[in-house]
Order: sequence, then structure tokens, then C-alpha cells
Amino acid sequence: MKNICELTAHEICEAYSNKELKVTDVVKAFYEKIKVDDEKIKGYITLCEEEALTQAEEIQSRYDAGEEMGALAGVPIAIKDNMCTRGVKTTCASRMLENFIPPYDATVIKKLKEAGAIILGKVNMDEFAMGGSTENSAFFKTHNPVNLNKVPGGSSGGSAAVVAGNLAPISLGSDTGGSIREPASFCGIVGLKPTYGLVSRYGLVAFASSLDQIGPMTKDVTDAAILLNTISGHDEMDSTSAKLDKKDYTKALVNDVKGLKIGLPKEFFAEGVNVEVKEKVLAAAKKFEELGASIEECSLPATEYCLPAYYIIACAEASSNLGRFDGIRYGYRTEKYENIQDIFKNSRSEGFGEEVKRRIILGTYVLSSGYYDAYYKKAQKVRTIVKQNFDKVFEKYDLLLTPTAPTTAFDIGSKINNPLEMYMSDILTVPVNVSGVPAISIPCGNDSEGMPVGLQLIAKHFDEETLLRAAYTYEQNKEVQ
Amino acid sequence: MISKEEIKHIAELSMLNLSEEEIQKYTVNMQDIVEFANKVNSLDTDGVTESAFALDTFNVFRKDEVRESFDRDELLKNAPSSNGEAYSLPSMMN
Repeated sequence: MKNICELTAHEICEAYSNKELKVTDVVKAFYEKIKVDDEKIKGYITLCEEEALTQAEEIQSRYDAGEEMGALAGVPIAIKDNMCTRGVKTTCASRMLENFIPPYDATVIKKLKEAGAIILGKVNMDEFAMGGSTENSAFFKTHNPVNLNKVPGGSSGGSAAVVAGNLAPISLGSDTGGSIREPASFCGIVGLKPTYGLVSRYGLVAFASSLDQIGPMTKDVTDAAILLNTISGHDEMDSTSAKLDKKDYTKALVNDVKGLKIGLPKEFFAEGVNVEVKEKVLAAAKKFEELGASIEECSLPATEYCLPAYYIIACAEASSNLGRFDGIRYGYRTEKYENIQDIFKNSRSEGFGEEVKRRIILGTYVLSSGYYDAYYKKAQKVRTIVKQNFDKVFEKYDLLLTPTAPTTAFDIGSKINNPLEMYMSDILTVPVNVSGVPAISIPCGNDSEGMPVGLQLIAKHFDEETLLRAAYTYEQNKEVQ
Repeated sequence: MISKEEIKHIAELSMLNLSEEEIQKYTVNMQDIVEFANKVNSLDTDGVTESAFALDTFNVFRKDEVRESFDRDELLKNAPSSNGEAYSLPSMMN
């Protein structure tokens, strides 16, 4: 049997059912490993050891009593630090929320607790989820477990690093422009961004409300399906939550892609995509063909407009969402003030980091009088065209196959002084958020430096089943590369 | 081309104080980023309506009924300053 910390969530559940493992031993094993390895990886901001061990004992006694258990009973999980956890600090990796203790649980946290999952702790991220490398955390940088000199990606870099580094079997991340998929790709794990509206955003600290979505980050596709089962579903606390019947995504874990029509959008393989990345992704496409799917080049002509439109929309929404941080009701308050204006300005100036301020400024600029029509309104029209592009290709194809990111993980510090270059890392992931469709990143080999390459599969709105079926089939059939 | 003066004005609207060094840096950054954002203007969007969301969303209402709310003491625990009943602030009117 594998070491406890290397197990997937479904393997852990199986071992509980077969009485091969005890919940308390599993939870203890993870904390022991965290104490040793997190010195190097630096994934966790807050640990919840005491609560976790108490919960583990309680769940173990329910297993012992033969009670019917939830889908994730006794499974440890790490949570990105932008999801509210009642009584546990939720910092968004920002000085602004360094001491914020939410008085409520986000809907996803409530659902996880009902399913019996045990929260190991809260993990690092780019401040307010703004970034692609986790270097924008106000506290410390997280390192890629595959190579500690590399970034883990971002903004859910902590969520990816702790799963890849065996410091948690599964985690939750959030994805506004690629923040689940890019770090999953960089660390060699599975990351799923569900359709906008499938998972409730209630209790997720908002960055760009029309784009944000919470999703699973796991070691394999089966765990992604199990975790999606737990966190998805309509929630009246989120007015953008979709009213749909609950599905069992594990039923989509079928090893068969025969007859599936897969499109390769040529714009996603254009200049700027690293040669080795392209090779690995095309080899994966070939594998799908061998397994009985059809592969054909297609086009999403508005792709080049997605990234600028995304940054306009995301920053506009962020500048508005982050207006709530005023130093009054919660969050950081400056010590330097004489009047209310000083409290607002000094608290915000001292509490927000460089990238957050940059995005607030950009967002305020594109919403300001004289620029609103040229940027914000225009970007909203681009969004309509991008959606139409996707609708059109999905008339012909069941899935799209692309690289997740144009490169593998880059060196820590190599892009931090050039914001625009950092934004370019999102070029293949943002079209998915702009159009609201679901996408998954799965590992498809390593480059010559040994860094993982991610394969992105994209499906039409609410067709997570096809995504999971194809990802599962590839995972079951790929040769070790 | 965005000027330092514009950045100062936008910072004022954003309720941010920027140091001279930050103004300089953000001016250069914003010139690059806005030039990149200008790309959206080369796409023909005549007759296209804007989308605020990826999916069609309509007004969503829930029943207007009394529910359990947050405990005041628990909420005030996160306040930088309170008098035990309310948030405290410096006097706004003299």
C-alpha cells in the first residue's frame, strides 16, 4: 500500500470502509508531513490541527458504529484562503484581512462539512486571487513541489502545491481567469473549473463576480468528480447559482471516448506556446484519436480579444468589489487618521499590496467617465462575441482540446517585475471564464526539465460529464511519459 | 498615453494614496496595460449587445421572510473599533 499521504480521496475512503485505516491516523499523518515538508513548500497560511483531530475522532467513532457516512467522511482537505470558514481566519493572503475571522461558512464549506470532510487548513494564494504565480501573497511565496525554484502557478498556488506535495489529498481553488487550471498544470495535478453558476459563490471573497467560480483540485479525475458532487448545486444565497437538478458526476467516469468529436482551436496553438508544451498536447490529442475520438482543427476567431477584454472586465469588477474594504466594519484599519477620509485612504493604501492596487487603478480607469464606453462597454460586447464563438464550435464538437498554459512553471521572480508578461500566462485559460463554459486541466507529461505540462479540455455549458469522461479515459490510458 | 496626473486622479477616485515612486511605476505599467487593452477596439462590435454575465440571468428574488441573522457581538469582533453596540468612527461633522 502507498504511503498515507500519497493516497487519493477515493483510496482513503475505501481504506476506511475496509477498516485498513483510521481517520485519526490519516489526519495525524498529514500534519506530521506538513510539519516537515511545508517548511520548503510553504503552502499553508493557517492550520486547523486541533479542530481537525477532534473531528477525526468523532468521524472514526461513527465509522466504528457502522453509521452511513458522507461521500468525503474523514477525508482531509485544504481550502484556498479566500473561502469563508466560520471561526477560522480567512486572509485572502492580504494584510487587509490578516486578522479576519468570518462569522459564517461559505456554502462550499458547509457542504464539505456535511459530507464529513476535514479541513486541514487554509492555503496560500495571490492576494485577493490576483496573479498567476502566488508571488503576490502578502505573507510568503509558495514553492512548486516538483522543483522548489519554480512557482506553483496561481492564484490557487497553495491549493495546487499542497496536493502535488502530498500535504493534502484534495483541495478547493477558485478560478477567475485560470486560477485553478494554471497551477494544476504547473504542479502536475487535476484542476476543474466548473460552468459559471454550478457551484455557489456565497462566502467566496469576490474578485470578479461575473467570472469567479470555485472548483476541485485533486490528484486524479475520480476525486475531481467526487468533490464536484459535494460542492455543486443550487444555492439561494447566490443569485447567479444555476437552478438545475443535482447530478452524480461519478457516473461520467467511463473509460470510453469512442465517437467523441474533439476540436483543436488553432488560435490556442499559435505563436507564444512553448514547443515542448505543444508537442505533449498534440501527443495527447493523438492518444484520444487512438482511443476512438475524432480530432479536427477548428477556430475561435475572437480568441485574441479575450485577454484584453478579460482584464478590463475583471479589474472593473474588482475595483467595485474591493470598495468594501474601508477600515470600518472589518479588516485592516490604519493607525494614522484624523478624519473618515484618512481611514478610508490610509487603510486601503497600507492594507492592499502592489498588484491589488494596480488592478483597482486599472478598473477605476476603465469605468471612469470618458473611458466607460471605450473599454468596459466594449469588453462586454467582446464577451458576447466570444460566447457566440464557443456556441458555434460546440454545434460541431463535443469537446475542445488545448494546452492549459503556454509554458510550464517558470522560475520564482522571473516575471514579477513585468505585470503584462505575467498576464500573458492566462491567455489560454481566460476565454473559458469569459464564456462561462467548464474546463479541466490534466497532466499530459513533462518537459525536458521535468516540469509538468497540462492539457486543457473544454466543454459546453453544464456538460461537466463529457469533460470528466474524456479526462478519465485519457488518465486510464496514457503511458507514463 | 496615460499621464502621471491621470494616475493621481484615478488614485483619488479609488481612495488610494500613492507615493511619488508608486505613481511613477503605475503610470508606466498602465501605459503598457492600456495599450494592450486598446486591442478590444479593433474588433467590430456593431449591433452586438453587451453581456454582463456568461449565462442569461434574470432578476432573482427570494421570499421576503424573517430568517436568522448574524449575532451582533460576533460581527463586532472583526471591527477595528467598536463601542460594544456599534462600529466607532471619528466624528464626521463638527
